[in-house]
Amino acid sequence: MSKFKKDGKKKLPGISTASLPDIIFILLFFFMVATVMREVELKVKVKTPDASEVQKLEDKSLVSAIYIGKPTKALQSKWGDEDRIQLNDAFAEVHEIRDYVEAKVTKIAEYKRKKHMISLKVDAEAKMGIVTDVKQELRKANALKITYSTRKGFDAKK
Amino acid sequence: MIRETPEINAGSMADIAFLLLIFFLVTTTMDVDSGIVRKLPPPVEDDRPIDEVNRRNIYTVLINSADMIYANGKPGSIKTLRSDVKEFLTPHFPDNPRFPKVEAIELEINSKKIPYYKSKGIVSMQNDRGTSYEIYIHVQNELAGAVRELRDELSNQHYGMTFKELLKDDDVAAKQIQKAVPMAISEAEPADFGGDQ
Repeated sequence: MSKFKKDGKKKLPGISTASLPDIIFILLFFFMVATVMREVELKVKVKTPDASEVQKLEDKSLVSAIYIGKPTKALQSKWGDEDRIQLNDAFAEVHEIRDYVEAKVTKIAEYKRKKHMISLKVDAEAKMGIVTDVKQELRKANALKITYSTRKGFDAKK
Repeated sequence: MIRETPEINAGSMADIAFLLLIFFLVTTTMDVDSGIVRKLPPPVEDDRPIDEVNRRNIYTVLINSADMIYANGKPGSIKTLRSDVKEFLTPHFPDNPRFPKVEAIELEINSKKIPYYKSKGIVSMQNDRGTSYEIYIHVQNELAGAVRELRDELSNQHYGMTFKELLKDDDVAAKQIQKAVPMAISEAEPADFGGDQ
């Protein structure tokens, strides 16, 4: 008879779940670090065009976004299906951009203000007319650093 | 006598962590913002005299409201735009009337002064108000690509690395490359031939 043999019925030991919280916490920390808070709820449909000569934007706190596109399906009955501008959480007109830029710039620490950048998140199907109006307004607001937000993956040869 | 303290039940810890995890999954986004960076020209007064630029130094890219591209007066295609613009912006010395004029400048590379002929070519882009944003970005992309490739070539020749690597590595050297190959893209005010559609 073996010394280690236990007497009685064999019983499967339950799997210890003591480390489960730790695993979940690690996942949680990963997501907290790797993601950023969603700032606004999109009211316009924006599917940016693709491009290959893209640069990553380093500091999100220095970037303010302007969204341009058609209102989402649910809002089309009220707002129509023309291209519209969204600033913060609401639809806006072109002339409101200057105030928006000013409000954003004052939130940035003074020594970083030169690096402030406007990210134009424009739907691929939008027309250039409204984009041009926005750009002219940005020039007047002296927000000259802009970036056309794009997805990766464009190849002109194809 | 020491009283035994009862153990706290940690069984619900996992559930609490799960709830937190789901909260973060829902409220955050992962996408990194990336895009084509451009600088707008500063606002100008209307009575400012228009800079005279020699006709042969300009390469015009027109996009009409039907998204058709006219490159230097001829119907063009997005497929050949990059190589065409690249050829146009490559400095040609001695002077060739088919290409823009060149300007002799000095570059300081590895603390040696090197003579260089810089092309005075400018790409002028004009679009209609009815042009779609997608084709506009694609053209912008190709123009930026042409300039980037020219910079890469010069950077490779002198430093053995691409311009992007050089920009991280040596700011001053990158400035010299930028001086030799400027981002010479100008945008005209859009016309309204086709009208908004």
